[in-house]
Amino acid sequence: MTALLIALVVAVVVVLAAALYLVARSRRAAEPPEAPEAPEPIYRSRLGNVRGLFSDAVSALRTGRIDAATWESLEEALIRADVGVATTDALLTDLRKRVADKEIGGGDDLLAALASAVRTLLKTSGSRALRFDGAPGATDVWLVVGVNGVGKTTTIGKLARQQSAAGHSVLLAAGDTFRAAAADQLALWAERAGAEIVRGAEGGDPSAIVFDAVQRAAARGNDLVLADTAGRLHTKVNLVEELKKIRRVADRAPGHVSEVLLVLDATTGQNALAQARQFTEAVAVTGIVLTKLDGTAKGGIVIAVQRELGLPVKLVGLGEGPDDLVAFDPDEFVDALLGLD
Amino acid sequence: MFDALSDRLERISTRLRGKGRISDADLDGALGEIRTALLEADVELSVARRFCDGIRLRVSVEALSRSLTPGQQVIRAVHEELVGVLGGESLKISYASRPPTVVLMAGLQGSGKTTASAKLALWWKQQGRNPLLVGADLQRPAAVEQLRILGQQAGVTVFSEPSDPVSAARAGLEEARRLGKDVCIIDTAGRLTIDADLMEEIRGISAATEPHYTFLVIDAMIGQDAVATARAFHDALALDAVVLSKLDGDARGGAALSVKGVVGKPIAFASTGERLGDFDLFHPDRMADRILGMGDMLSLIEQADRTMDHDEVAKGAARLMAGHFTLADFLGQLRQVKKMGSLGGLMNLMPGMSKEMRQAAGQIDDGEVAKVEAIVCSMTPAEREDTALLDGSRRSRVARGSGTTVADVNALLKQFKEMQKMMKGMVSGNMPNIPGMPNLGGLPGRAGRKLAAQAAGAGGPDFDMLSQLMGDSGELPGLPAPAPARAVVSANKGTKKKKKKGGRVTPPKGR
Repeated sequence: MTALLIALVVAVVVVLAAALYLVARSRRAAEPPEAPEAPEPIYRSRLGNVRGLFSDAVSALRTGRIDAATWESLEEALIRADVGVATTDALLTDLRKRVADKEIGGGDDLLAALASAVRTLLKTSGSRALRFDGAPGATDVWLVVGVNGVGKTTTIGKLARQQSAAGHSVLLAAGDTFRAAAADQLALWAERAGAEIVRGAEGGDPSAIVFDAVQRAAARGNDLVLADTAGRLHTKVNLVEELKKIRRVADRAPGHVSEVLLVLDATTGQNALAQARQFTEAVAVTGIVLTKLDGTAKGGIVIAVQRELGLPVKLVGLGEGPDDLVAFDPDEFVDALLGLD
Repeated sequence: MFDALSDRLERISTRLRGKGRISDADLDGALGEIRTALLEADVELSVARRFCDGIRLRVSVEALSRSLTPGQQVIRAVHEELVGVLGGESLKISYASRPPTVVLMAGLQGSGKTTASAKLALWWKQQGRNPLLVGADLQRPAAVEQLRILGQQAGVTVFSEPSDPVSAARAGLEEARRLGKDVCIIDTAGRLTIDADLMEEIRGISAATEPHYTFLVIDAMIGQDAVATARAFHDALALDAVVLSKLDGDARGGAALSVKGVVGKPIAFASTGERLGDFDLFHPDRMADRILGMGDMLSLIEQADRTMDHDEVAKGAARLMAGHFTLADFLGQLRQVKKMGSLGGLMNLMPGMSKEMRQAAGQIDDGEVAKVEAIVCSMTPAEREDTALLDGSRRSRVARGSGTTVADVNALLKQFKEMQKMMKGMVSGNMPNIPGMPNLGGLPGRAGRKLAAQAAGAGGPDFDMLSQLMGDSGELPGLPAPAPARAVVSANKGTKKKKKKGGRVTPPKGR
């Protein structure tokens, strides 16, 4: 009650104050307000190409000396790669200690140690392979989830092609019933992959579509259903509930959810961690697909995702073409991240 | 957005409380925390660094200010720096003398260009313009189809042709001229800045259509890459402004700071949801206030302006100034406040609320507010004026009448007495320090009472008195001066003002 009262009174007071202010300002509105000076655009130093992030740090390190500037440029490079403050601190604190303990000698050693430390953070206890159980009488369902615009539909298109080539009989479920022309988009991908698609009316219930797809797969002998879902912000409770329902329905016999792939955009910053956390809590994500890694973003956030949530990156998207989906290779990733290639 | 920054600032403020002046060590500590908060919010590294340098400068200059505590100095410095970096001025759109005004949308894949294009079209349509949407994204499967459907929802014509992006854009412009449209919005395919071919293509589209405005659509959750991307697009196209999308998420949105700070172009629009109506002008000063937990005073004021009965509120304000605050007044004001929407939502707009207060506010059940209202309504007018009248039997009656218990009534009365004291104290200038509440300072007591006397007599506040009260800068005591008015408010010189329907905060048309 107390909090409520306080809140109410504050509200009333502030509103009264607001009213007074309004009146006062309306009087001043007659005088034209001074336009504030626009801030001067900061002189832009050329960033250099994709490798540029680490090239300064790397060349400095290769000269051998480790000093304060070295640590600063390493920190800078890691932050710029979206590795995040917490993970960067952890990495560098450990390295600093090892340098102090004389475990690491010169610059080259430090670089190698950093690369090794990142690789360790990326280690996963599970498998990076896509899981397919293929139990008799059951149809494997792979759910693809994520926020808006990350590349879910495109990823499914590529996956459909790959899995068809690998010998599976793939059926696509157009579970995005919200976005305009989403089913059309997936249908085009189905065509490219030579796979069938189950779709419904726009605005319909996505769970119903997934259900229909599973039924049809069982009847027609498709052994793998790839279910697309609408992009949804993890903060929207009702949409997350809807997603939970989709997973429940997909997991009902003869359906069997063997993969829940969370698609993360490599350009995303620290919010990716929040996304991973929320989606995992909701639908038990089993793996990450990191898309748009062919751009300038480094996707360093996946290190934190692995470290804090134990979620492995299984696939990497490298373009908009049907073949631009590759298995995640931690060594290659680390080399690209640190500019060692 | 930006919760962490305001939380950290609160921590800093708490730590500095009670200190006379801020030492170098304190400042370093505070700046370190601010820098971390900014980086966690995806502000680009060099922008964050410059930001902290700016704060350091401001604080050392401000150190001479006597009236602010060290914590307040830091917060004030952060606020001013934020407003400075975000840009104090919104983009002003001017239209081409020879229509149509051409708008080119550019950005990475998945940033929200198509949705933003449709939203812009709707926004312009609502402003009385006649826009055409041109679908020049021929790369993404069903992109044109998506635009067509959105155009239909917005009631805006969509044009496309299956040739190539440059030709489609050019043809779209021709079509806009042919149809007599005055705005032509060209949606393009998402592209990576390191894809030389695609960057060449969009330069081609730009050359062919000579846009008056080129907007970069950026996802609010973008990380450190924001700057590189914005720079590259700016170098290729000479951007005019940025549209920040997906602001309805919890992404901290540091890109807002970075892009503005590095490319020097304003953020013109904020896209806050998947529906076409979730779109608005971006207000830098309000964003700065929000970031700092200073609430969004202007939005609050605008909302109040639209929903409240001005006379009611003015009268209430006058009575408050005169030191009268009874349950009757409380009921009247409560009803006005209720019109503004859910209390929880309102609290978010209020300045200076601490995290605990905000959390508590978020949990406030609007049903509870109804309970309070019911209790007060069950009292007679005489009882509302003078709560001393309420003895045991009257309290039972009130409890029965409102469907509550005597304990509830007792609690309300007890709390209300406290509040009354607080109100009186505020007017006379001795605002008690309630943790988590904004420091509203003291409204000058004498001036306030004089004002009240005048108001009671003349039937409307005296402007001279008010401006004296407010100070020439129009600053509310204890709060920083807001940037020059974006919203134009018509003068309320005693004429009866009609109550307006509540709704989203949008820029008022032609007032």
